[in-house]
Amino acid sequence: MPLRTNFQFRHSVGQRTFGFVDLADLMAKATPARSGDRLAGVAAENAEERVVAQMTLADLPLSEFLQQTVIPYEEDDVTRLILDDHDKAAFSAIAHLTVGGFRDWLLSDLATPEVLVKIRSGITPEMAAAVSKIMRNQDLIMVAKKCRVTTAFRNTIGLEGRLSTRLQPNHPTDDLTGIAASMLDGLLYASGDAVIGINPATDNVQQASRLITMMDEVIQHYEIPTQSCVLTHVTNTIECIEQGAPVDLVFQSIGGTQATNDSFGFTLAHLAEAQDAARSLNRGTVGNNVMYFETGQGSALSANAHHGVDQQTCEARAYAVARKYNPLLVNTVVGFIGPEYLYDGKEITRAGLEDHFCGKLLGLPMGCDVCYTNHAQADQNDMDNLLTLLGVAGCTFVMGIPGSDDIMLNYQTTSFHDALYARRVLGLQPAPEFSAWLEKIQISQNRSEFTLNDQLPEAFQSSLNRLQGGLS
Amino acid sequence: MSEKKKSLQQHQVTPVTENPWHKLNDFTDARIGLGRAGVSVPTKHLLAFQLAHAQAIDAVHSTLNIEKLTTDLNKLDWAQACAPDCAPLILHSRAKDRATYLQRPDYGRLLNPESAKKLDEHRVQNTPQYDLAIVVVDGLSSLAVEQNTLPFLQALQTYLVPNSVHPDNTWKLAPLCILEQGRVAIGDDVCERLHASCVLVLVGERPGLSSPDSLGLYLTWGGKVGLTDAYRNCISNIRPAGLSYQEAARKAFYLLNEAHQLKLSGVNLKDRSDDDLINQDRTTKNNFLIA
Repeated sequence: MPLRTNFQFRHSVGQRTFGFVDLADLMAKATPARSGDRLAGVAAENAEERVVAQMTLADLPLSEFLQQTVIPYEEDDVTRLILDDHDKAAFSAIAHLTVGGFRDWLLSDLATPEVLVKIRSGITPEMAAAVSKIMRNQDLIMVAKKCRVTTAFRNTIGLEGRLSTRLQPNHPTDDLTGIAASMLDGLLYASGDAVIGINPATDNVQQASRLITMMDEVIQHYEIPTQSCVLTHVTNTIECIEQGAPVDLVFQSIGGTQATNDSFGFTLAHLAEAQDAARSLNRGTVGNNVMYFETGQGSALSANAHHGVDQQTCEARAYAVARKYNPLLVNTVVGFIGPEYLYDGKEITRAGLEDHFCGKLLGLPMGCDVCYTNHAQADQNDMDNLLTLLGVAGCTFVMGIPGSDDIMLNYQTTSFHDALYARRVLGLQPAPEFSAWLEKIQISQNRSEFTLNDQLPEAFQSSLNRLQGGLS
Repeated sequence: MSEKKKSLQQHQVTPVTENPWHKLNDFTDARIGLGRAGVSVPTKHLLAFQLAHAQAIDAVHSTLNIEKLTTDLNKLDWAQACAPDCAPLILHSRAKDRATYLQRPDYGRLLNPESAKKLDEHRVQNTPQYDLAIVVVDGLSSLAVEQNTLPFLQALQTYLVPNSVHPDNTWKLAPLCILEQGRVAIGDDVCERLHASCVLVLVGERPGLSSPDSLGLYLTWGGKVGLTDAYRNCISNIRPAGLSYQEAARKAFYLLNEAHQLKLSGVNLKDRSDDDLINQDRTTKNNFLIA
């Protein structure tokens, strides 16, 4: 086949010359294989083309990403956000590097944790995505572990040697006693320092208010140094705040293109409004990070809003949206979307490590919903592997749910037990304020190895006694 | 204590720490109070989980029994409301089989040419403006559709079809559509071809470990190909052990009415169907965790 002449990038291997139409095409074809890019028709045609694309991408100067956009500036407010907020002074330290050179630099001892903090506002999502595409899993782990991101509300999230958990006490009908039962189970398994966060069964302002109030009462009653969140639409939470509900964190699912966010029914102005509203309540005690965002590869394609850009680059662009609003937590819900985007355990694992790396490099408090659905080619062993890898990489938080089974959202994520496994094998602790509370209320003991008490703590014993007939 | 007795006692120490809050299992299907071996899940619960996962995987791959579902739906009073011909229309997406369906969601969102033609022909032969089209879609759980569609529609039809309680119901209903290998957005294709004001999609949700039989319901005003999820309202988890048929029908009718009055659906249509109920219970007094 004659080589087309409209290729912006060319690379020769032996007698053969490969061509790539534009930056988006080059990025997509350099992406490690996954079903979503095949579905979008943007993936490399074969393994060789993929590696040649990676070689071509490695030669690209980082400064190119400030000259060329994957989605036009005029058409997309996320592109505008990325370029308008770019910090040229921070970028100057890495401005001379190519993508390949950036990988070497990140892995080198030049890139200390302190230096990485200084330069991160000079890194665009596309630079992070590009370098991740030519990194192996161990590279993604190595560099992410050097990235320091701490945030705070009623406790401090993201300190070294810590692994926090979101207690996720979902119930299919939002039954208060059912939710309280899962909350108690989770607290007694030392879960919930990142947030106690409920996905409501029905999107409804009054129901959200009720759940927010209920969690607030529990947090106050037991004086738990943590925060609550109902994962409802940002416009609902704004209404809850207007109605006087005790809102700690504002939730929103976000994507990396304006059209994706349109499909989620919000604009960047909504996020700014919500952040202001939540901050005005002044409910944080040790910090004022009030936003909780969720992301996941494939959401842009799912909304037909990807502009021919590969799903991992779209995902990284979502982090530009996130960092604009100083979130307490960002969670990539990696395996939730299904096998048409991430086919099996191998693809889910790779995506989880990429998302965590890109998020951390860009300065986000990155957690991961290590998860899969029943129509994906994955199982508990795949989740064990990814959880362990993320724990090693210094992941900020993971989910905690009774027995890995979310009975509302119908998928499997990490259990309370799983988080304790990770804490034990990797020597990790919950957030310091929460750790102190766990000891004070006699849930866990202060040992080098994280240990739960065998006895039911007194404060919870009396709560259980309130149930008719006691514990029997 | 003799050495022998001591050794026996050590032998009997269980490696599993039980959780003394089993009673809470009465209030949720969540896997709480599992106990722990060290900090890990005890064998009994590990294997129970593995069995549930195996069953859920099997549920994803079962096929919809069209014949039985058609027989079921013919039991409804729909005939009074959708003249002249109310036999359910059997449709199919562009995904030819389950394997294609799982990997190509775009195929699951569009009708195949035969089905599109069937609806176009129906439209030519029938001129009324439909207020509502209902599309029953297998989705990711045929079990959910087979088990819950009839009782849910029986509950919903009391609001839509003239009857002794509501003789003035005037909803003009399109024939029911049964759709194989479909996703939620395929309702838009159906709605557009039938020229219906809005579409209600009943779809088998992703099977969970504890709920392989959960039916979801999506309402879209003015459904047409290309609409995003921001234009839909959702009611989830309709099944015997979840949201009851009566409750689901009440909520669905609330949304249908609101959609018809506001001429929209999605994020701008807030579900306030429970405001009165919830306001009575704002104190959250049922919570045993607090005094």
